[in-house]
Amino acid sequence: MIDAVDLHKVYRLKRHRVTALDGVDLHVESGEIFGVVGQSGAGKSTLLRSVNLLERPDSGTVTVAGEELTSLRGARLRAARRGIGMVHQHFALLSSRTVAGNVGFPLEIAGVDRAARRARVGELLELVGLGDKARAYPSQLSGGQKQRVGIARALASAPQVLLSDEATSALDPATTDSILALLRRLRDELGLTILLITHEMDVIKKICDSAAIMENGVFRESGRVLDLIGTPGSLLARSLFPLPDIGGEDAVVVTYPRSFDEPLMSELTRRFDVDVNILGGGVEKVAGQSVGRLGVQVRGSRRDEALTYLSEHGLLVEEAGK
Amino acid sequence: MIANPTDILFLASAVDAGGPWDALVAFVRDWPNMWPGLWLATQDTVYMVLWATIFSVLFGLPLGVLLVTTDRGGLTPAPVVRAVLSAVVNVGRSLPFIVLMVAVLSLTRFLVGTTLGPTAAIVPLSIGAIPFFARLVETSLREVDREVVEAAHAMGTRKSTIVGKVMLPEALPGLIAGLVMTVVALISYSAMAGAIGGGGLGDLAIREGYQRFNDHYLWATVILLIVIVQAAQSLGDLVVRRLARR
Repeated sequence: MIDAVDLHKVYRLKRHRVTALDGVDLHVESGEIFGVVGQSGAGKSTLLRSVNLLERPDSGTVTVAGEELTSLRGARLRAARRGIGMVHQHFALLSSRTVAGNVGFPLEIAGVDRAARRARVGELLELVGLGDKARAYPSQLSGGQKQRVGIARALASAPQVLLSDEATSALDPATTDSILALLRRLRDELGLTILLITHEMDVIKKICDSAAIMENGVFRESGRVLDLIGTPGSLLARSLFPLPDIGGEDAVVVTYPRSFDEPLMSELTRRFDVDVNILGGGVEKVAGQSVGRLGVQVRGSRRDEALTYLSEHGLLVEEAGK
Repeated sequence: MIANPTDILFLASAVDAGGPWDALVAFVRDWPNMWPGLWLATQDTVYMVLWATIFSVLFGLPLGVLLVTTDRGGLTPAPVVRAVLSAVVNVGRSLPFIVLMVAVLSLTRFLVGTTLGPTAAIVPLSIGAIPFFARLVETSLREVDREVVEAAHAMGTRKSTIVGKVMLPEALPGLIAGLVMTVVALISYSAMAGAIGGGGLGDLAIREGYQRFNDHYLWATVILLIVIVQAAQSLGDLVVRRLARR
């Protein structure tokens, strides 16, 4: 749904140049939630703004829903932007308009008449659970409610694609969860494609199907979250499950890319006569699946056989400290 | 029975026949005689200030908008245009009003046909207030959240619509506050306009109060000017508060 190829963008400041995008390729499937995670200054904000051309990349192409946006200008670009919703970190609501006025704004821009607008606004507010707030002003709403208004507004012109710019960064954890749940529900119900940027690993863990880790204007890693977790040396897995320092002798990190019913660890001790000592670990729900990481010490003469056995059963085994 | 405030003063003066009391009593007694002249002058002042305010908004608002939109990072960056506009505004801002008034006399004569009277005073008043209001417009527009403007872009809004439906409505409380400041400045300028025959309360204060040593006129104009400024400020504050409540 979104295809960005070889994006480059350099900001020229007075004295020096800042490379925001240094050859980024981004491919987001239809109906997918794709998260780009990175520190501030990694270029993720520029990347997101390149998708709807708020920032025009120096080179590279952006194609959304089959239309190459980088070739458009003026009225045609504005028309294309109406097919892409955007949610902002600080909500970006018009303080001079009511909730209904804000949600109706994109429709007003698109020339939808008053009656049709009113009906659509009511529908959208119901969708985000704010049916009773139509006449309130943004200043009377909580952060979570404001973001719901922001989401309703982004969906007003029935876009296929939603861009989320740190949509939950200004919210408390409980509200963050409810907004993330809303985004996922909207994806499921409306078949939206969502591209989001965040600096919180939690967001990736909770709703993303695919993710990329961005650093210094490039993707260090990208792909489906579950695949990445099952990839040796994955940065994402390490960031999602930070384990305590387990550099001990004979220690390995075992990643469970899905939930297992078999009691693999006790099998090890029985079959290969090794000692298994658990050093640390965690289980998390990622992309709707239980995924775990475990730091264990495995000792015994048949250690190698034991580790091979785990790998054969679909677990990812990495020697710690390597 | 005490029928009116003058009687209180009269009674007070009977008790304490000091200088200030006598002066005050004399002033209050003199008020009805001065009133016809004061009323005419007040009307002239309101007339000048009202028209000058209208012209300030008519020209100052677009000028303020241009100062923001042509700036770097604005909607339509145009550094040269902005530099020129800014310089013009600064010239207008840096001249003391009394000098400006004299400096534009020939323009006033060209536009109005005379340099005397309230209508003629509208020309220098407007020229003085346009740059003043333009800077205030610029300041309030800069206060508008950049993210909101960006959001409007992301929705595919054309630039003129962003100005009309996003920036100006969002800045409205600040714009109204700026307008009130402009009106108050204009009232003060209009009193100065009296110095070169512009009419109004300032004119009256100079002619009757200063040149004919009639303190009562001086005090009366001071009181009326304070009342007018207070009224304008209170009205403006009320509007700003109502807008801010949303």
